[in-house]
Amino acid sequence: MLRLGLLAAAGAVLVFLPFWVPSTWQNLLITTFYYAYLGQAWNILGGYAGQLSLGHAAFFAIGAYTSAVLASQYAISPWLGMFAGAALAALLSLGIGYLGFRFGLRGFYFILLTLAAAEICRLIALHLPLLGGYTGLFINFTPNPWQFQFQGKIPYYFIALGFLAAGSGIVWLLQRSKLGAYLVAIREDEDASEALGVDTFRYKMIAYALSAALTALGGTFYAYYQYYLQPNTVLHINHSVDIMIRPIVGGAGTILGPVLGSFLLELLGEFSRTYFAGGMAGLSVAIYGVLLVIVVLFLPRGVYPTLAHLMRRRRPGRAT
Amino acid sequence: MSLYVQAIVNGFLVGGVYSLMALGLSLIFGVMRVINFAHGDMMVWGMYLSYWLFVTAGVDPYLSILVTGSAVFLLGAAVQKGLVNRILDAPHEMQILLMLGVALVLENVALMVWGPDPRRVSTTYALSTFWLGPIVFDLPKVATFGLALALALGLYLFLKKTDLGRMIRAASDNQIGALLVGTDILKVFTLAFGIGAACVGAAGSLMTPFLPFSPSTGLFFTVTSFNIVIIGGMGSFLGAFVGGLLVGMSESLGAVILVPSLKEIVSFVLLVLILLFRPQGLLGSGR
Amino acid sequence: MSLLRVTGVSKAFGGLRAVHRVSFDLAEGEMLGLIGPNGAGKTTLFHLVSGFLRPDEGTVTYAGESLVGLRPHDVCQRGMVRTFQIARPFLRLTVLENVVVGALERVAHRREAVAIAEEMLELTGLAGRAGSMGHSLTLPDRKRLELARALATGPRVLLLDEVMAGLNPTETGRLIALVRAIHGRGVTILLIEHVMKAVMALSQRVLVLNYGEVIAKGSPEEVVRDPKVIEAYLGEDFAGAEVGAE
Repeated sequence: MLRLGLLAAAGAVLVFLPFWVPSTWQNLLITTFYYAYLGQAWNILGGYAGQLSLGHAAFFAIGAYTSAVLASQYAISPWLGMFAGAALAALLSLGIGYLGFRFGLRGFYFILLTLAAAEICRLIALHLPLLGGYTGLFINFTPNPWQFQFQGKIPYYFIALGFLAAGSGIVWLLQRSKLGAYLVAIREDEDASEALGVDTFRYKMIAYALSAALTALGGTFYAYYQYYLQPNTVLHINHSVDIMIRPIVGGAGTILGPVLGSFLLELLGEFSRTYFAGGMAGLSVAIYGVLLVIVVLFLPRGVYPTLAHLMRRRRPGRAT
Repeated sequence: MSLYVQAIVNGFLVGGVYSLMALGLSLIFGVMRVINFAHGDMMVWGMYLSYWLFVTAGVDPYLSILVTGSAVFLLGAAVQKGLVNRILDAPHEMQILLMLGVALVLENVALMVWGPDPRRVSTTYALSTFWLGPIVFDLPKVATFGLALALALGLYLFLKKTDLGRMIRAASDNQIGALLVGTDILKVFTLAFGIGAACVGAAGSLMTPFLPFSPSTGLFFTVTSFNIVIIGGMGSFLGAFVGGLLVGMSESLGAVILVPSLKEIVSFVLLVLILLFRPQGLLGSGR
Repeated sequence: MSLLRVTGVSKAFGGLRAVHRVSFDLAEGEMLGLIGPNGAGKTTLFHLVSGFLRPDEGTVTYAGESLVGLRPHDVCQRGMVRTFQIARPFLRLTVLENVVVGALERVAHRREAVAIAEEMLELTGLAGRAGSMGHSLTLPDRKRLELARALATGPRVLLLDEVMAGLNPTETGRLIALVRAIHGRGVTILLIEHVMKAVMALSQRVLVLNYGEVIAKGSPEEVVRDPKVIEAYLGEDFAGAEVGAE
């Protein structure tokens, strides 16, 4: 009951928040929600199934480019095109997953396979005229909601919030499903899961496809929020890193992890940009790197697990 | 035809430094199970150090590997001792995050100090060549190859013949075993990271006579090192070496057959093929 | 009519013959013991039967169907489940969640799986620890969890890999009673055991493996008197093993 009340209060605040804050803050909140959503999508594969991916930029870009190209070349609304992108991303993930999981590649190998796959995508994208190559792909702005294009930040705020709510809802359901239980078991011990009848290959493939498809949907949002796609941005390793670090900082494999991680890193990023961006080139990112290292050293289990641990200690007698 | 032979020769020569770089990564991963995402950035620091010694004191890069190797050794050892050793029992993904943070710091501090524009070490012999039959050899590439080979051999002998080297290999084979024989595992870790970093730092210096570089070069080398180690076979010394040569040649060929900006795709395709048909790597054993 | 039939199964690693032409039958409702000195190939044989390894030659048939080429989860879904010599609980899951994973093999919904899991925890005496994390369990409890998890999949055949290893005599005695109770519920059991006391107490029939080959089979009493078996165990503290203290 208390939980529901808190949830409702938080919901009310979130609904009115964009109308109170200045536009730079709106931007910050949109980015926070949006990366929290991407983190949630990554979390399904990386956090719950324990298969760390450093190539989610590929799925993201497939989502972004597919909907943008479908809209510009075939006049298909991004609202529909985004699902085509999600399907393509899922397909690619199944290909990579087949390569990786068939031989039980784990840990390091899987990380590098995903990274290599994303790099291949980047190199291909750079040489595809359809995607604009090095110049990138510009999207013409026509303030038409059916074209996923809006005046001002507020619609984007609510769409990003909606994405995050839906993504979190999916993870919430996942946690309560057979699939979720199996993914966590696979993360903890793959052989033991196999012995207990879990088709580990199949469930890892499902997790990968779901994670890739959700990431691709996020890519569409980006395309129509930025109106510009360039392979060396959207398909860069750094972008895969951006998608991955928030759920890890927040606590991989927890539903609140990506959200808390996204808030914390957005704040840290904003802090380093505000106070150090005026200085030398590279200073603010270097500071951000230092902050990241500090976070890892002081919260080596992630924000949410650490908080949960503290709460439990303060309220003895309450399990879980 | 001779164009391809030429490309293969050039790739082979560059591949020698790739091997040295990958040996460093393989050593660090083998002992600590840490993926050094800052590997390429440590290399770039080796390059800048050589550059600085060259422009301020006129020290030849082939000589300054002694300084850069030691300096990057200290850097690597400091990262292990000050950071990685503190979170050994944290979840695996946290180590990755830590190393990504280190990579960000190294790259961007280099950016602050040296700026974004490419630098090059313009030695007097930078453009010297000699001919062997129809093939032209760049003198710096040959010298670099020879030194990289010598350093790799030195590392091999160190690991095989010295007590310290044996300790590192013991830790790499079986951490718990090494713990049981009473080795101070944290010291071995620090040493191993230092040596792995020294390899890549020296490899950086060795490349400066023929390769311009900038702070963002590091990422490319990090990814290339990853590729090589998987292609050659994780944990295999010879594998990392052969993998380096292979990747060097395939990139060089790729630049000729495709367009230069697509040269990396050849080594990525090689990687995918390896994962398909020989997931343990060319010379790796088991998983 | 045998439920599990292993015929001429071999497995070599490099030049090492881990298991060589082993054959045996396991009848429905039987409790068969598999003993042998360390390195005799017992665990490898388990890997071969349960799908973790593919035999170089020979056949494994379960309920009339060949298991060769199936993956472990296929074998489990057909009703044969194994445990691991070193218990492998899911460390960051609760005891209940550990068992739920097993139960989900036969039911689609969590609610039913939780009900099965609770029953299994009751049976194995772990009900009081349902909320504890896997990593916090003591060794005897880990062994029990291993059993509970396997049982939750609803097996017809249970392959137990040294469940008594590392336990003290009291704990061994309790676990023997538990394995007997499980057998009493109609589960066919193949157990690898190093602890002779357990084998003697539990098995109706015993198979002795040495250097990957079957060197003796028969009732427990016959087998321990067999000179070949005594010879195989020479160098090990056979008398001590009989007492059950490792």
